Amino acid sequence: MTQHSRDLSRRRLLFGGAAVGAGVLLAGCTSNESQEPTTAQTKGADAAAGGNAAPGERVTIGFSAPAADHGWIAAITNNAKAQAAAYSDVEFKTVEAGADAAAQRAALSTLLSQKPDVIVLLPHDGKELNAFGLEAMQAGVPVVNLDRAFPDAKAYRLQIKGDNYGMGVAAATYIAEQLKAKGVSNPVIGEIAGIDSLELTQERSKGFADTLAQHGLKVANRRAAEFTADSGQQAATGLLQALPKIDAIWNHDDDQGIGVLAAINQANRKEFFMVGGAGSKKAMEDIQADNTVLKATVTYSPSMASSAISLARLIAQGKGMSDLVELQVPKEIILASETITKENVSNYLKLGF
Amino acid sequence: MSEVTETPAAERAAKLPAQSPPVDPAETAAAGHAATGRLSWWRGDGGEGARRNLGLIGVLVALIVIGIVTRPDLYGDSSWVWSNFLTILKLASVVGVVTVGMTFVIIGGGIDLSVGAIVALAGVWATTVATQSYGAGGMIFCALTVGLGVGLVNGLLISYGRLVPFIATLAMLVAARGLAAEISNKQTQVSDNNTINSIASTNLLGIPLLVYILAAVVIAGWVLLNRTTFGRRTVAVGGNPEAARLAGINVKRHTLLLYALSGLCCGIAAIMLTAQATSAQAAMANLYELDAIAAAIIGGTLLSGGRGTIIGSLLGVIIFSTITNLFAINGLSTEAQNMVKGGIIVAAVLVQQVHFRSLTQFLSRNRLTTT
Repeated sequence: MTQHSRDLSRRRLLFGGAAVGAGVLLAGCTSNESQEPTTAQTKGADAAAGGNAAPGERVTIGFSAPAADHGWIAAITNNAKAQAAAYSDVEFKTVEAGADAAAQRAALSTLLSQKPDVIVLLPHDGKELNAFGLEAMQAGVPVVNLDRAFPDAKAYRLQIKGDNYGMGVAAATYIAEQLKAKGVSNPVIGEIAGIDSLELTQERSKGFADTLAQHGLKVANRRAAEFTADSGQQAATGLLQALPKIDAIWNHDDDQGIGVLAAINQANRKEFFMVGGAGSKKAMEDIQADNTVLKATVTYSPSMASSAISLARLIAQGKGMSDLVELQVPKEIILASETITKENVSNYLKLGF
Repeated sequence: MSEVTETPAAERAAKLPAQSPPVDPAETAAAGHAATGRLSWWRGDGGEGARRNLGLIGVLVALIVIGIVTRPDLYGDSSWVWSNFLTILKLASVVGVVTVGMTFVIIGGGIDLSVGAIVALAGVWATTVATQSYGAGGMIFCALTVGLGVGLVNGLLISYGRLVPFIATLAMLVAARGLAAEISNKQTQVSDNNTINSIASTNLLGIPLLVYILAAVVIAGWVLLNRTTFGRRTVAVGGNPEAARLAGINVKRHTLLLYALSGLCCGIAAIMLTAQATSAQAAMANLYELDAIAAAIIGGTLLSGGRGTIIGSLLGVIIFSTITNLFAINGLSTEAQNMVKGGIIVAAVLVQQVHFRSLTQFLSRNRLTTT
């Protein structure tokens, strides 16, 4: 019995020691130092045009964006923070948007009660937070809507967003031009979309299909992923299996594109070229290196968050954009979706997220 | 083996009620006969799992027939058919490994809702810059240890903390994804380790390494469930925990081990998924818990515990990945695919409630529900 219990205690000691050791070792393994947010996507106060950059009236900017687990949303928040920090006259107040529209509404109400000079928000859903926009505007706090539009024009002072339909147009235009240049007849075109239930995905696909149709082309097979690399890998595996020969692929999102490229490598396919979407740093580096099937990407840049903070500051200070004649900031700004290829990628690298 | 001899009769007593879920008298009689050896294995209780699995193979054949009918051009090419077969298995490999662990947990009377989150956490943890600096070995060790560790926490909460498995693992689902998002700073972490990435692209003798890993885990799971004391105890604990306790089984410790096993499977799956996607992020392995539970259920595992087979679960996973493949090659939308998946789950469970009088009856029924 004593022999047995001694064995047991020794075993426990060994197991316990191993567990503690593994725990200590693992705890040290959570560091991610090289992935700190970049500050490259801000416009420094010194670099800004005209007299607008000079410190002015002190303003408080309230900010709210979903705590989503996607690189693009993370870049939005990081950019907004970095841009606000670049101005000495801006106080930046951020509230967590929580898990859904209701949680974000509650957080925003708290923010509103603190009377910031202007609120910048990326809503979970523009339609669901429309009422908050109206409430804030009526309370005299200008609202800058970032990317997900409110249906009611009275609910925002400034709307700044990307062009989802335009992304599809840009991708289709590039693909059609390349195929024409190569003289491919009857090309097979694949599409890997993002989360299918989102309006933005539907707009992207519509822009893509409409523009292809103008060139007499169509999508042979379309698979929807979930904006994550592993779902992109699975969707792409299915697409490659369905189409034994492909001429071009458009993948809506560069984050899921990591998985799409992995699937293409795993299947040993390289007879086609691929166009990405959004413009991540990884995608731009791949385009620059020119050693994968990824030859271009169409932008949907999170740098819009930096611009939104700059413009919110101007709105709060009552200034206009110095290059425009108007005394105030315009009401709506839609970013163009630009096509990044090997030729111009060096200009865009600093905007990659 | 010495442990078996301690309480063979008692364990057997604990097992018997476990193996007879609500059944009609004829079925019970058949089971009784099988025990006395008067009926053949096939018609007796021991063959029940095999009969079920044959039904699942029938479903698979039906799905392949649909594929041949809808895309004769692709199925006409034999090299395509072989590569497609391997693609389906590769697609099934990650969820398959998770499902093996899930099957043990469910047979043991529990449920693990946190498997997708554990895969994500283990994947993210293994691809941090710090972990990647230790090389492939460090990454694999990290994923396995994180998986095992989270599984142990689940098990401790459930067995010694007396939390309901549903609540404990639901809490872990939320918490583990939160921790994964915290560690990854919500970014996609690219794996720069070629050894890890090559796990998904390496073929041995023309068969992908991922399929070998799945096969190894399935075989290990089968042996563990059917040929060891641990497996017998799992069935006993799930079928009737009180009887198992009276029979001298340490139910708490056994429950703890089951969740640890599930966590370990998630750690293995995390490496496989990270290799496939060459990256990891907090949102990956989304809803794998539902895929794994659904696969185990249509594979014949009883949700209330006490019954289930590894082979059935594997067939369940393969059926789902065959459906995904079928929809991809026909260019149909994800919505339609999800509706069919839901229909298959309901149909499979309905079919299992009917105790098949004969195989032909079962097959014809199944064909009706899938076409």
